[in-house]
Amino acid sequence: MAMNMQGRPTGPGSAGKSDTDTFTGNRGLDHEEPLLFEAGGLDKTGVDVPDPKTVKTRLGGLERKSEIGLPGLTEPETMRHYVRLSQRNYAIDAGVYPLGSCTMKHNARLNEKMARLPGFGDIHPLQPQKTVQGAIALMEALSGYLLELTGMKAVTLSPKAGAHGELAGMLCIKAAHEAKGSKRNIVLVPDSAHGTNPATAAFMGYSVKPIPAREDGTVAAEAVKAALGPEVAAIMLTNPNTCGLFEPEVVEIARVVHEAGAYFYCDGANFNAIVGKVRPGELGIDAMHINLHKTFSTPHGGGGPGSGPVVLSEALAPFAPLPYSVRQGDTFRLVEHVDEARDGRKPFGRLTAFHGQMGMFVRALTYMLSHGSDGMRQASEDAVLNANYVRAGLRDLMSQPFGDKPCMHEVLFDDAWLKDTGVTTLDFAKAMIDEGYHPMTMYFPLVVHGAMLIEPTESESKQSLDQFIATLRFLAKEAKHGNDKSRFKEAPRLAPRRRLDETKAAREPRLRWRPPVVTKEAAE
Amino acid sequence: MRYLPLTDTDRQDMLAKVGVGSINELFADVPAAKLLGELPNLPRAKGELEVERELGRLAARNTPAGSVPFFVGAGAYRHHVPASVDHLIQRSEFLTSYTPYQPEISQGTLQYLFEFQTQVALLTGMDVANASMYDGSTATAEAVLMAHRVTRRKKAVLSGGLHPHYRAVIDTLSSYGGARVDALDADPKGAEDIVARIDGETSCVVVQYPSVFGSIRDLTPIAEAAHAKGALLIAVVTEVVALGLLKPPGEMGADIVTAEGQSIGNGLNFGGPYVGLFATRDKLVRQMPGRLAGETVDAEGKRGFVLTLSTREQHIRREKATSNICTNSGLCALAFTIHMTLLGEKGLRRLARLNHGKAVALAEQLGTVDGVDVITPAFFNEFTLRVRGDAAKVIDKLADKGVLGGVPVSRLIPGKAQLSDLILVAATEINTDDDRMAYAKALKEVL
Repeated sequence: MAMNMQGRPTGPGSAGKSDTDTFTGNRGLDHEEPLLFEAGGLDKTGVDVPDPKTVKTRLGGLERKSEIGLPGLTEPETMRHYVRLSQRNYAIDAGVYPLGSCTMKHNARLNEKMARLPGFGDIHPLQPQKTVQGAIALMEALSGYLLELTGMKAVTLSPKAGAHGELAGMLCIKAAHEAKGSKRNIVLVPDSAHGTNPATAAFMGYSVKPIPAREDGTVAAEAVKAALGPEVAAIMLTNPNTCGLFEPEVVEIARVVHEAGAYFYCDGANFNAIVGKVRPGELGIDAMHINLHKTFSTPHGGGGPGSGPVVLSEALAPFAPLPYSVRQGDTFRLVEHVDEARDGRKPFGRLTAFHGQMGMFVRALTYMLSHGSDGMRQASEDAVLNANYVRAGLRDLMSQPFGDKPCMHEVLFDDAWLKDTGVTTLDFAKAMIDEGYHPMTMYFPLVVHGAMLIEPTESESKQSLDQFIATLRFLAKEAKHGNDKSRFKEAPRLAPRRRLDETKAAREPRLRWRPPVVTKEAAE
Repeated sequence: MRYLPLTDTDRQDMLAKVGVGSINELFADVPAAKLLGELPNLPRAKGELEVERELGRLAARNTPAGSVPFFVGAGAYRHHVPASVDHLIQRSEFLTSYTPYQPEISQGTLQYLFEFQTQVALLTGMDVANASMYDGSTATAEAVLMAHRVTRRKKAVLSGGLHPHYRAVIDTLSSYGGARVDALDADPKGAEDIVARIDGETSCVVVQYPSVFGSIRDLTPIAEAAHAKGALLIAVVTEVVALGLLKPPGEMGADIVTAEGQSIGNGLNFGGPYVGLFATRDKLVRQMPGRLAGETVDAEGKRGFVLTLSTREQHIRREKATSNICTNSGLCALAFTIHMTLLGEKGLRRLARLNHGKAVALAEQLGTVDGVDVITPAFFNEFTLRVRGDAAKVIDKLADKGVLGGVPVSRLIPGKAQLSDLILVAATEINTDDDRMAYAKALKEVL
């Protein structure tokens, strides 16, 4: 079977017997749904647009002559199409979604309601600033919370997601080096880092130098020190790290990094473990992005939109990108151009057309106001407690790569305990689907063989976790001692689809619908 | 706390099960001196009602587009979005799911992404589109980087009709490893000679269609000139409704089309979240950034969809990836694809004609005001006005009269005397005849 670079099988595996023998292919509430292009029609529409009066056109002769080929559906058909599609998705609201490093916490609907207030949702990024003072004030309020929670000096809100935030932080670092006339070209990245870290560094033209993790899953200040040198611009370190551990030597790492004239970029994807418990700014970091779609509960939406504000130390603050807001008496002003920068600010440029993800800012601030200082701190403690509770519930059956010790908000297992069972991490994860759970993050971090990274978040109740633990214990025992491994090898059997052939998808890419080819014979 | 299910009893029981005496024992790796007590500078938890009041007060300090005659565009457009779109995107199964890494239980997301990709390819006249980027500006900057990879050259030629903020994002994202930008001067009338700037070092030519000033031109000669020198043509569309009426860039030789998809399905949101569209030719697909949904079969042979060609992406390739993009604009892409499904060919064409008609009527009406010239000969739903005096002040005074009349060019390109009397004005289906009259009347008064 083909493997991808993580050693994860990509073929469909064995099918076993199908239990879906219905005329329609539907199974009760689970409906087969054709593609829009098979169901819709060019003459159908679900929007009654008034027929425009005949006017002269001023299109310079560039009117579209060809058919676009876009099928439409009426409103009832549209509702049914998308409702049926939605029913083929797993969701936080439907069950436990323990994806490590993704922080799938509850998405409060008040946040949605607030983002849709016309005063936030229906304002244009370029309408006169005096007509959007409340919006800029909201951005200021959010910034204030982020600075207080992180203990940092400045924040830029415009990055559109975590990876975009990494870019923003690293661009500040690059600008700070350039301002000192230094041309450093290496970035240190631990092996356990998210893929976005090395990708970001490389995107900016840096060489990436890996730092190995210690046997306990953390990074040693000694190892960092050994890798530092006059060519090193920065280290990109995730803390808490992707093994679910707080880096115990983080303060010492910051010290040696600064001593070598480099900067400390912290990937804040796991900030949810430490909100209100410790301020990253007091640990010596220089830049950190915060995924509002993780820690501050803006919905993941099936892959975005996210938002990745970056907090900055005093050393990097002057280089924060455009736009940013300044207060003048009772009013706020957005600074949108380099020429307008004052007070020693040297923005490195612009990251996006407008001001960032306002819709996410409203949701995140709603979360912060709702939770308050006490609730945010409690949320982090509960997230950490829940992860440790899962660890305690499974530690006798599943193996932990770095020994049995407390974790932060996610707990990491490897596949050593599956040795000689014939069951892989992937099989185990897919069997969870049949039991009604979304699998944990698999095969990440890469430093651990057959990794299973479980992040329950603070949103799960004890009852829910007890059921989750009981289910995983049952599956673990079946994997180890059961005679029939088909529940793993054939899993999932009860999902809308069985395992999908990823190899075929990549070898014969079909990335869009095309009309079926009508053969001559069939046409006759 | 309404969002936290654990009770104090639960917490005590769980700590006991874990085998620690207190929660802080789980934070033992945090240097003890750095552990926080309270957060005295932040308020404590609030109920829904209090939060609504607090945010309501902030919202009330803004002027919503829907509350006034509104003609602001320049990269974000106010269109009517059917009620069913916002209802559907708030379904839990779409709103609260993650990137579809487990395809067996994410077929809903994967199928709509496949449909979205197809709609974007059709609309732009290209072979293939990805599953979305952050917005039009970052999509365009990524297109420039892709062109550098494809051509192994490092110079991008940018039209003076490209949105200045897009140009700034390209400057930020493509200024490493010797890459450089040759940007033409602002081109309000669409009269620049960009072909003359293409040479043997050019990796791509970036042209906005319609331009930020609203003007439209045939891209075919630019594509031909670019191809003759081995360069790519990147066409940028910030108002996708235009493609319901205009010849698509794919029919004029574009190699990559990037677009801001906000106009379809998505609100103004003060600039985000929006949805970047990215389309290209089949032969370039492996150099494309971003996620792609593809068709395959499952173990029983049933059609299904997966994320594919992920060997281009950061989670597999790390420092060798085509981009660092991870989270993109899934839910905004969903809003786009639902709205586009509701429109269909018929609705989109009609909507585009309606927009054009509104803009032509507005241009004619404003052109009659003394001291105002419409300087854009051919346009879709946005054009440039030259006014007597300082355009920024005119817009400011119009706002005082309750009309949001457009974007002064000086807001986008400050410090250029020859551009200081220009205003970008957009009209869409939301504008009534009364709005148009109100604009003309107010403009007459402030000039």
